[in-house]
Amino acid sequence: MAGGPLSTTAEVLAVRGVGAFSGVTLSVGEVADRHRPGQFLSVADPDPTRLLRRSVQVHRAAGPGVRPGTLELVMDPGDVLADRLAVGDAWPVIGPLGRPFALPKEPVTCLLAGAGAHAAPLLGLADRLAERGCTVHLLLGGADGSRVLPSHDVRRAVRSTTVVTDDGSMGRHGSIASVLGETVERTGAAVVYAGAPTSTLHEVAIAAEAAGAWSQAVLDGEHPCGTGLCHGCPVPVVGEDGVGRTVRGCAEGPVFRGDRVRWHDLTEKGGGR
Amino acid sequence: MTTLPFAAPVVIAAGCGGTGRELAAFDGLAGVGGFVSRSLTLTARSGAPAPRVVAAPSGVLHATGLPNPGPEQFLALELPWLVAHGVVPVASLAAAEPDQWQELVRLVAAAPGLRAIELNLQADGGLMPEGEPRLLAAVVGAARAQLPPGVALLVKLGHDPSRLVTRSRLVVEAGAEAVVLGGGVPALLPDGRPASLVGPAVRSTALRAVAEVHAALPDLPVVAAGGIRTAAEARTFLAAGAAAVQIGSALLADPTTAARVAADLRDGR
Ligand SMILES: Cc1cc2nc3c(=O)[nH]c(=O)nc-3n(C[C@H](O)[C@H](O)[C@H](O)COP(=O)(O)O)c2cc1C
Repeated sequence: MAGGPLSTTAEVLAVRGVGAFSGVTLSVGEVADRHRPGQFLSVADPDPTRLLRRSVQVHRAAGPGVRPGTLELVMDPGDVLADRLAVGDAWPVIGPLGRPFALPKEPVTCLLAGAGAHAAPLLGLADRLAERGCTVHLLLGGADGSRVLPSHDVRRAVRSTTVVTDDGSMGRHGSIASVLGETVERTGAAVVYAGAPTSTLHEVAIAAEAAGAWSQAVLDGEHPCGTGLCHGCPVPVVGEDGVGRTVRGCAEGPVFRGDRVRWHDLTEKGGGR
Repeated sequence: MTTLPFAAPVVIAAGCGGTGRELAAFDGLAGVGGFVSRSLTLTARSGAPAPRVVAAPSGVLHATGLPNPGPEQFLALELPWLVAHGVVPVASLAAAEPDQWQELVRLVAAAPGLRAIELNLQADGGLMPEGEPRLLAAVVGAARAQLPPGVALLVKLGHDPSRLVTRSRLVVEAGAEAVVLGGGVPALLPDGRPASLVGPAVRSTALRAVAEVHAALPDLPVVAAGGIRTAAEARTFLAAGAAAVQIGSALLADPTTAARVAADLRDGR
């Protein structure tokens, strides 16, 4: 870890369209240096009577095209926060928060599977894995071509990119979960890193396990405080000791091993989105 | 502050400060008078399903179902950390039946460094239904009898002003050293589950509660909670008769709130 979270004021440097998404560049100083892929940023509401915070996934904090001291975010079309962000705004933020993706000790082959804007944290991870000598394959999905996250910024880090869309308008017809097993087999991936809505993550975890790969999933849940105080983001897991417990998604997550989450309890009782 | 063990009149409210470590990461315990744990129950609880901490107009709804690791883990891992970091620790306890209350109090009563116990006896937000006044008195009396003299007994009674004076009188006669007027106003989540409303939305209600209890029982130390975010707001509560204030949901917006309010009060800002 490169140090704990900092509370600071982020300045919005740029907002631009990235396909159907909004790409946001925030100036955050030291927070960017401390950030590791998978960690998130928590944004306070500027209205002082609105006490709950909002967490946002970080797309990239370093690498080609990213200015030092800045973070890149990717937000869904219609995201209320994206609609309210304007260049020059100052936003109170805390970050980096949560546990990042665990990087493999050996230079193994990895498959990064992401759906829509949920794929954002995986692209920063691609650079990190490539630096460690891992062979990186990307599997990106979306409802249609405009909702597949563009990956040209990390093209040097990846060996192959597979695209799937629900409507077949770009790449193959399908979802990241439906082609995950065959993609693991084709690439020989030993580890799958995934970012998607909770129900898709569940399917990805099952498919990865069936194909003999480890998986890590980044949950894009709501974190009312983001800092571990409120216990408002429960995630049901199975501990190392095999005993079921409920942990805080912001503090013990947002990255979880796919075989540790009790997905049925999470999707049925709520806790993710 | 004669009977209250707090080092300053600003205290972290139950269930809003994590284990203390989460606040310390932002220097959020600096100058704070005490730290109340999340309510501990006899056995660990995972709490209610999400969503359980939800935004409401000018406030927050909480319906966490009291997730907590149980007293053993608190005593082994959390209390020693608080003591080592110079924070005055208070254990909040919650139970449904008198014999559970007794067992819980017995488990924590003699813990090294523990300075007070806060019985979560809110009808809403605790585990014991409103019940008979005699039951309330019995739980408080039994707790006082089990506690060593150096451990203060606080009783948290909720925010509903209508019964607070009667209930305060009752628990004081049974042996409580102070009452905590906090916890929230009865509310409902959009999906129909009961919840408590806290935050700025309840500040004026909380202030009324403090004033009424203080007028009726001027010698009783009253600890107040309800939407406090600034030193000016804290002073309003102190002026209405509160001996100390607790900061709860404002910590979710800014984990340094209590430290800032404590510093501003101290420095007359
Ligand atoms: C997320 C959350 C969890 C809480 N957990 C507890 C608890 O475990 N026990 C308790 O007595 N009160 C609990 N409370 C109530 C607070 O301690 C406090 O009394 C209440 O929030 C009012 O203060 P505030 O308006 O400053 O938030 C909780 C409140 C919130 C928001």
